Amino acid sequence: MSTTSAEIKPGKASLFYDPKIRGYVYQFALLAVVGFLIWSAASNAIENLRAQKIASGFGFWNNAAGFDVNQKLIPFSASGSTYGQAFWVGLLNTLLVASIGIVLSTFLGFFVGVARLSSNWIVSKLAMIYVEVIRNLPLLLQLFFWYNAVLKPLPNPRQSIELPAGFLLNNRGLYVPDPQFGPGGNLIIWAFLIGLVATFVFRSWARKQQAATGKQYPIGLIGFGLIVVLPLLVYFATGRPITFIYPELAGFNLRGGIQIFPEFVALLVGLTTYTAGFIAEVVRAGILAVSKGQTEAANALGLRAGPTLKLVVIPQAMRVIIPPLTSNYLNLTKNSSLAVAIGYPDLVQVFTGTVLNQTGQAVEVVAITMAVYLTISLVTSLFMNIYNKRMALVER
Amino acid sequence: MTDATTEMAPYAFVRKEQLEQQPAPLSVAGPLAWVRQHLLSSPLNIALTLVCLYLVVDTVPGMIRFYFLDAVWTGTNRDACLADKVGRPVGACWAYIADRFQYFIYGSYPISQRWRVNIVFVMFALGVAWLLWTNAPKKKLGIFFFFVLLPISAYVLLLGGAGAENFLRTCMILTLALAALYVVLSFAPQIVRFYIGEAALGVVEQLPVWKRFFGPKQLVLFALVIFGFLSLLASSPGLPRVDTGLWGGMTVTFLIAAVGIVFSLPLGVVLALGRRSRLPIIQLLSVIFIEFVRGVPLITVLFMANTMLPLFVPQEWSPDRLLRPLVGVALFAAAYMAEVVRGGLQAMPKGQYEGAMSLGLGYWSMMRLIILPQALRIVIPGIVNTFIGLFKDTTLVTIVGIFDFLRTIEATLVDPTWATPTTRATGYAFAAVFYFLCCWGMSRYSIAVEKRLAAGQKR
Repeated sequence: MSTTSAEIKPGKASLFYDPKIRGYVYQFALLAVVGFLIWSAASNAIENLRAQKIASGFGFWNNAAGFDVNQKLIPFSASGSTYGQAFWVGLLNTLLVASIGIVLSTFLGFFVGVARLSSNWIVSKLAMIYVEVIRNLPLLLQLFFWYNAVLKPLPNPRQSIELPAGFLLNNRGLYVPDPQFGPGGNLIIWAFLIGLVATFVFRSWARKQQAATGKQYPIGLIGFGLIVVLPLLVYFATGRPITFIYPELAGFNLRGGIQIFPEFVALLVGLTTYTAGFIAEVVRAGILAVSKGQTEAANALGLRAGPTLKLVVIPQAMRVIIPPLTSNYLNLTKNSSLAVAIGYPDLVQVFTGTVLNQTGQAVEVVAITMAVYLTISLVTSLFMNIYNKRMALVER
Repeated sequence: MTDATTEMAPYAFVRKEQLEQQPAPLSVAGPLAWVRQHLLSSPLNIALTLVCLYLVVDTVPGMIRFYFLDAVWTGTNRDACLADKVGRPVGACWAYIADRFQYFIYGSYPISQRWRVNIVFVMFALGVAWLLWTNAPKKKLGIFFFFVLLPISAYVLLLGGAGAENFLRTCMILTLALAALYVVLSFAPQIVRFYIGEAALGVVEQLPVWKRFFGPKQLVLFALVIFGFLSLLASSPGLPRVDTGLWGGMTVTFLIAAVGIVFSLPLGVVLALGRRSRLPIIQLLSVIFIEFVRGVPLITVLFMANTMLPLFVPQEWSPDRLLRPLVGVALFAAAYMAEVVRGGLQAMPKGQYEGAMSLGLGYWSMMRLIILPQALRIVIPGIVNTFIGLFKDTTLVTIVGIFDFLRTIEATLVDPTWATPTTRATGYAFAAVFYFLCCWGMSRYSIAVEKRLAAGQKR
């Protein structure tokens, strides 16, 4: 009996029906098709480029650019700067607007998300209206609105709107007082940085102490002292070395101060409010995902509302919030490319726009731009994955 | 015991009968209590309420006055909307929207040919209603209509010209050939044994020949009806070619959205299956495509389609200016759709796969009959959300020079005929209402579907 069962072997399928062989055939066929597509695209591209007399390769990188960019974080001028420098100008502008936008939209998003859960009826309804309106309108329309309908009709520099603390607002942008550091001014920045580092060191030490002994230290108070009071003390001790140059009217324009261009303001406001609408929903979902039993248990242990939120609800909500929050940050970075529609000199506007038009080297320019965004995406998701691992639930 | 003692208690001051129920005190129920609980429960809440009330009072009446009370509803040019010409404060200039309404819908499409666009709109609305209405009859026919017949009809009707007519003729001949093949086969059912199976063959053979018509009869007949209708239109009023450069407005917006939907869904399913495949090369290629497209902004994809697509094909095939962003949008949406579908595939319990395999189904039969119908149904909300994103992203084609709805608004804003201080606010408000209604409608639908799907899980 046992011998018969051992003798039964799976029926040998013909080669045509063998799943392994079929797999190889499918994959080989797909590879052949993709390879053919790439080959024909490449050969066509070479032929077309030759016909249109367009150079190929990355030689254009060091050629003179011959155009100027209004907002630049590194020196750049029409005479003497190269396309390569234009790339860096655009990339830095993209990173600038994206990083400020991420910080601001996080704050606004958390605020609106919490407001939507408020027990106050009118607050939650207003937050709901905000989220619904913002999320259901295209970002491009919102950018046009901020740029063309809000910032463009502002008065000209002669009739600038005067804001508190010497800020001036007109249709050329926002003018901010320019801080000047006198002798000893650098000390204040150092004091601030030292305070920041010291706060982090103290916080980790205090946490270890609390874990070991149960004794709590006033982290918030000491942090405030180190970060705010210490630089202030240094400021007064060194004899108030920071002075401001205020923007003033000179002829038809303003002189002095730092000019923040309206394109930047419009893009930043548009991106921030748009992304905040999505972050608000993420935050709301995260907080709702923490079951009510958790809050009740914390109350039963005698925790008050503040510590309940800080120690019980938020750490658990963050686990749900972080992955979609990451993708919203990435969306904001990618959406900053809409800058091209309102003329903010970001990577796409400077490089894929102006440089591509001047050189005509579409393949190289678009490939570089895509590579940059891919790198930003991959690096961001890498860091967020590491952070997410640290926050994730440790199951036993 | 106690009851008996109370009843027999001799005391006169003990009440004998039950009291009538009293309404709850004003401080717990009623509008006042509601206000106290929801608006004024703590000092912080009182402050918040006051701030919000100030915000509402500050903005809402002004907006109502601007957009309704002071608005100008009729007029033929900018004079109707200028405050010093009218002699009163002027709000929104709706007369401008009314004057340019046709342009917002059709762009520069020739006026004499706009009925063609209207037919496509009606067919599109029909297809959408057919697919979205949950209890609609003949869903398969609806899917065939939306994903096959509608694109063909839209191409023939909107573009027209000799090329489109030839294409229509080819489609017609192919369908007729298919129908003829089915009819011929019905004389010899043995040939289609694999199609109807051994057991059913006996039954079929007993039928008279005219009842034996195999194959998807309804689909073929329906296709013939539509194609016949189109060729009728092509012959009697005629369908002269309308260059894509003239298309614009909502027509183009809906066109891009529809193309994105029609192509991204099947492509997304294929990519999702590829990503879940056990064959390493297929999986690798799918992952590379999906992650690459999801890692770059749509604008760069559009730039790529606009500048690189013409390079990649022989010069005589150089794609139409409208076709380029369509390809870009479809590929872009497919990558996002693939991730949504993958979520559905991963949510299927393993037992479904194993059950299908134990029935002896092959890979494609298993996917077609068991896995995909369930997986796609549970991700309908995700699919609709992707569509909402896609619909909002159609505005980006503005940047590569296509006259979509938003671009037509921008174009009329620089036109001196209607240049007034309030035109811009009116135009943007109109655009906002249009996009909001479309996106909000879709999100309501997705919420309704979600509720219906969750009904089975409720206890």
